[in-house]
Amino acid sequence: MLRYILNRTLRSILTVVIVFVTVFMLLRFMPLNGYFTDEMLKVSDEQTRMAYLRNQGLLDPPFSQLWRFVKNLFAGDLGRSLTVYPKVPITILLCEKIPVTAAFGAASLVLGMTLGLLMGMFMARYKERLGDTLGTFYVVFVRAVPSLIYLFFIQVWVSGVLKLPLVFYEDRPESWILPTICLSLGSIAWYAIWLRRFMVDEENRDYVKFAMVKGLSKKYVLRRHLFKNAIIPIAIYLPSDILFIISGSLIIESLYAIPGTGGLLTKAIQKQDNNLVQVIVLMYAILSVLGVFLGDLLVAFVDPRIRLTEDEG
Amino acid sequence: MKSETVKNMDVLLRPEKFRAAVFDRTASEEGGFSNYSYWRSTIRTFFRSKFVVFIVALIGMLILMAFLYPALSKTDPGAISTNPMTWNKRPNADHWFGTDSIGRDIWARAWYGTRNSFLLAFFIACSDVGVGTVVGALWGYNKKMDPVMIEIYNVMTNIPSTVYLVLLAYIMNTSFLTLFIAMASRGWIVEARFFRNRILSIRDSEYNVASKCLGTPMRRIVSRNIIPHIVSLIIMETALVIPYSISSEVFLSFIGIGMPVDAVTLGNIVNQGRSSFALHPYQMLLPTAILCVITIAFYVIGNKFADASDPRNHV
Repeated sequence: MLRYILNRTLRSILTVVIVFVTVFMLLRFMPLNGYFTDEMLKVSDEQTRMAYLRNQGLLDPPFSQLWRFVKNLFAGDLGRSLTVYPKVPITILLCEKIPVTAAFGAASLVLGMTLGLLMGMFMARYKERLGDTLGTFYVVFVRAVPSLIYLFFIQVWVSGVLKLPLVFYEDRPESWILPTICLSLGSIAWYAIWLRRFMVDEENRDYVKFAMVKGLSKKYVLRRHLFKNAIIPIAIYLPSDILFIISGSLIIESLYAIPGTGGLLTKAIQKQDNNLVQVIVLMYAILSVLGVFLGDLLVAFVDPRIRLTEDEG
Repeated sequence: MKSETVKNMDVLLRPEKFRAAVFDRTASEEGGFSNYSYWRSTIRTFFRSKFVVFIVALIGMLILMAFLYPALSKTDPGAISTNPMTWNKRPNADHWFGTDSIGRDIWARAWYGTRNSFLLAFFIACSDVGVGTVVGALWGYNKKMDPVMIEIYNVMTNIPSTVYLVLLAYIMNTSFLTLFIAMASRGWIVEARFFRNRILSIRDSEYNVASKCLGTPMRRIVSRNIIPHIVSLIIMETALVIPYSISSEVFLSFIGIGMPVDAVTLGNIVNQGRSSFALHPYQMLLPTAILCVITIAFYVIGNKFADASDPRNHV
């Protein structure tokens, strides 16, 4: 087990380094206009701009830029925002925004898993009946149609029907409801369709039949035998779910004007704020690698097969 | 009673009623023949459901319309009107679905947009699946590629696809080509891994090992046992990548780094409709409907085809 964790940690560190360097190098191709604040673009001519870029070290070879970025990173300095929040240090911005995004992400992770698994159970129990058909329709819809479309209509119509606020207000807790549900719609579909298939496949397995033959009730078999086996694949899916929620937060945070990092990235791109884009993209990339890593550790923890083989070998 | 039956049997089975069969060389060869054809059965299973027939017909009509309309109609989807009277018109006889905020005909724009978005998605799907199949086949047959390919796969899939697309679209000036590059540069690795796993599992499955032991040449195993499986997987994956690519284009337009504003794509049309939705909701109607139908149809077709191509579902 320990060896597995160590091995996996080293691999993740390698992946983080590769991702970091690759993304940083790609970011060197950012549009040059994005390095200036609005007033600088208005005032200065071509020559002063180039001089400014050279002065800031933005025309240096990429690797020396990378080195400087890493050094500043460990000194706790991520540079300053240019156009979105002129001259505000990015560290301060992130300290403000990350808790909001994290709270939304965690809430919808829990919500998505609970509702999704419940729905999957429901669909498996009423297999090939009305509930199952409706559930399948929901899953197909959510997975096929561009999320922007249904998210937009939910924001416009459902908020009107349920008398919920159209955008997010920090002091009104009911404005949390819609964005959290929206963020978890995709996860619900994934968990539901997956658990349904798992249950249907598993019902024909020998150990389930044997348990039934022993005279155990269907409910008991479902809970004590089937569900225990379902936990491992759930754990395997968790990291992709985290990536999925990170992706979803880009749309939802800007739709509902939530002051989080996803909305900040969208705004930074629209206003061409290179410093902000760079930090947030790097942050998301590293966060995702960490998410996958934690998911793998979780799997190793809950799956006795990995634990046992590693101990023997 | 009993003797009655026996007597009847004797009448029935009288020897002069029988004749020795002549040995027929060709007929004797036909003994183990069944007229099972993989593709015929797949297609028959696929079209057995009325729903699938309906969806295939629907998508066929949509795509036909999306290609015929731009070729036959003279309406320019980008024609801007300077007369404010023609802006934001409600649906009427001239403009079946109204006009947008600068007087462009939404009916025409929707079909041009469908054509462009579909073509983009189709090329991306072909490239993803094409490159993915070739690389996956090489990868499956060459263990040495494992460490490099797995590392590439980890790096690519560890970054959420939206963040990756946003990054690439931000550093390039967006056009059809750059959007294609951004999406195609990521999709192939996912497909390659998928095809690698499938090819490995088909190649090492017991009936192929048995077939090899019986002396079937590799060429025959590849052409009869592996390729049919892969071809149906290719069709399925292509059908499934198309809705994903269309969605990505819509997403990038929403973030503000999609196609240039004057390009006619579903993503741009939907997002322009979205910005004027509060006042003129009908502008979003047609493009959204087409978008939903296309994505759902391809998704359903991909999945149903996957079911139909599984020989266990053949009758």
